[in-house]
Amino acid sequence: MEASAFPISGEEQALEKRPKDKRPRGPLDGGSKWARWALRYSVLFYLAALLIIPVIMIFIRTFEDGFIESFEAVTSEAGLHALKLTIITVLIAVPINTVFGVLTAIVLVRQKFRGKAFLNALIDIPFAISPVVIGLALILLYGPRDGFVGEWFFENGIQIIFSTPGIVLACIFVSLPFVVREVVPVLREIGDEQEQAATTLGAGPWQTFWRVTLPSIRWGVTYGVVLSTARVLGEFGAVSVVSGRISGQTETLPLFVRKQFEVFNQGGGYAAAMVLAALALLTLLLMNLINKKEERV
Amino acid sequence: MSGSAQPAAVRLPRPAFRPRLGSALLSRGIVVTWLSVMVLIPLAAVVFRSFEDGLGSFWDYATNPQALDALRLTVLAALAVTAINVVAGTAIAWVLVRDDFPGKKLINSMIDLPFALPTIVAGITLLALYGNDSPVGITVAYTVAGVIMALLFVTLPFVVRAVQPTLIELDRDMEEAAASLGASRFTIFRRIVLPNLRPAILAGAALAFARAIGEFGSLILLSGNIPGKTEVASVFIFGQIESGNTTGAAAVSVVLLAISLAILIALGAVARRGEAI
Repeated sequence: MEASAFPISGEEQALEKRPKDKRPRGPLDGGSKWARWALRYSVLFYLAALLIIPVIMIFIRTFEDGFIESFEAVTSEAGLHALKLTIITVLIAVPINTVFGVLTAIVLVRQKFRGKAFLNALIDIPFAISPVVIGLALILLYGPRDGFVGEWFFENGIQIIFSTPGIVLACIFVSLPFVVREVVPVLREIGDEQEQAATTLGAGPWQTFWRVTLPSIRWGVTYGVVLSTARVLGEFGAVSVVSGRISGQTETLPLFVRKQFEVFNQGGGYAAAMVLAALALLTLLLMNLINKKEERV
Repeated sequence: MSGSAQPAAVRLPRPAFRPRLGSALLSRGIVVTWLSVMVLIPLAAVVFRSFEDGLGSFWDYATNPQALDALRLTVLAALAVTAINVVAGTAIAWVLVRDDFPGKKLINSMIDLPFALPTIVAGITLLALYGNDSPVGITVAYTVAGVIMALLFVTLPFVVRAVQPTLIELDRDMEEAAASLGASRFTIFRRIVLPNLRPAILAGAALAFARAIGEFGSLILLSGNIPGKTEVASVFIFGQIESGNTTGAAAVSVVLLAISLAILIALGAVARRGEAI
């Protein structure tokens, strides 16, 4: 603690003398300029060939066939319906996952009970299995003909598979881990002293949650919501299986994109894909903004 | 005064504890029910259906030649993609942390794009550049190379994002100590840097493998889904569902799940062994 008052040692002095804009360099950073350049440009070439140029190509292809003509597919009746259904799905699935995700994270971090490790592993399953298998699981459970409980729902006039509820269920399943996985580390980091203090001062569980817990986890929750939204917007495999892909009825925007390519309306397909790509770029922007905010807080 | 206040202070939190226990049990009950209904019961339905007609019929469905071809391609492609990701992902993380060049921040934020981009769009982006009318004259559509490329695209961020934070935290004193003792740059990387990165690389590799083995959306347009050639397991399962054979689809799904879990457990064991050393 007194070190700052005394003359600094030779090594620290050397550190001070370094130009401020240059980070400290280890033995692997200096040396052969060629090796560094070779590595840098191979990495940049890999990223350009695999990621950056292909994404730019979508925008080029959309404009190549004439922007207005391409966009006619998106603004057609089926296209607009697909857009509407996608937005409705996001508006139902994401809030449900946010509420249950935050609750699950709190239970996992703040409580001790038998079977917690199993529950914890269960949450990651949607990331580890194919979306097609997720769709199959929902059909086997809720399908009107051969689902285990689907028949009961069907007889009572509730159609889940080949209808909007099935699409929403599929989207909830695939995006279930995001909010939990973003909130758990934040909850762990902040600890529970403040919550205990609030309880000691007479706050109920609700009040403690709204006034103490939620304000400190808000950026974790927001990040989870952005990731869930991106996933639900673009979900293809699970929705393909459960929706029946009926044009103008159960077709979401990603399914609509595929349909356009299958009927050889490539321009329309590229245009609809561009809408989704633009939404993804927006998501990316939000992710970066939230990351910056988190660092500052 | 302090002597008489102490027992009271100990007793104070007690009344607050009782209502919390009630809400704790309620919230735990809700979470267990939620995860059971959403994840556990649907998965149990798949396992149950796959064995519904007995073990013999499960075996027949799982070892049908077309299913075996699809499973073989899936596992081999996923392994190849994971291996490429280990090398390329570590190199990308290294350049993003240790190198400096204009535009680095932009490149860094682009790495997450495959997570944000819908999988069907990922397939179309590659089709736009490497499809049949490729502007650069390279066509990978409807080939195994196309399958590999689509999987590389969707799994790109896993290893990079796992290695990056570890590399930032890594203490350079060790490298300097090794250098001052006369170690060559290659030796420093192999003996000092790599062992420190190993758990992160393996964690990223496990996630990339799990993702690659179940990938569907990015392959459906790019791979052409030629049975026995470019048809992966999830596309095969999809075809079985479409033709009404849900039992066969469930059997291959269970095999796919088992492979995925086995690899995840194996990689987890390797990562733990590395930490123990």
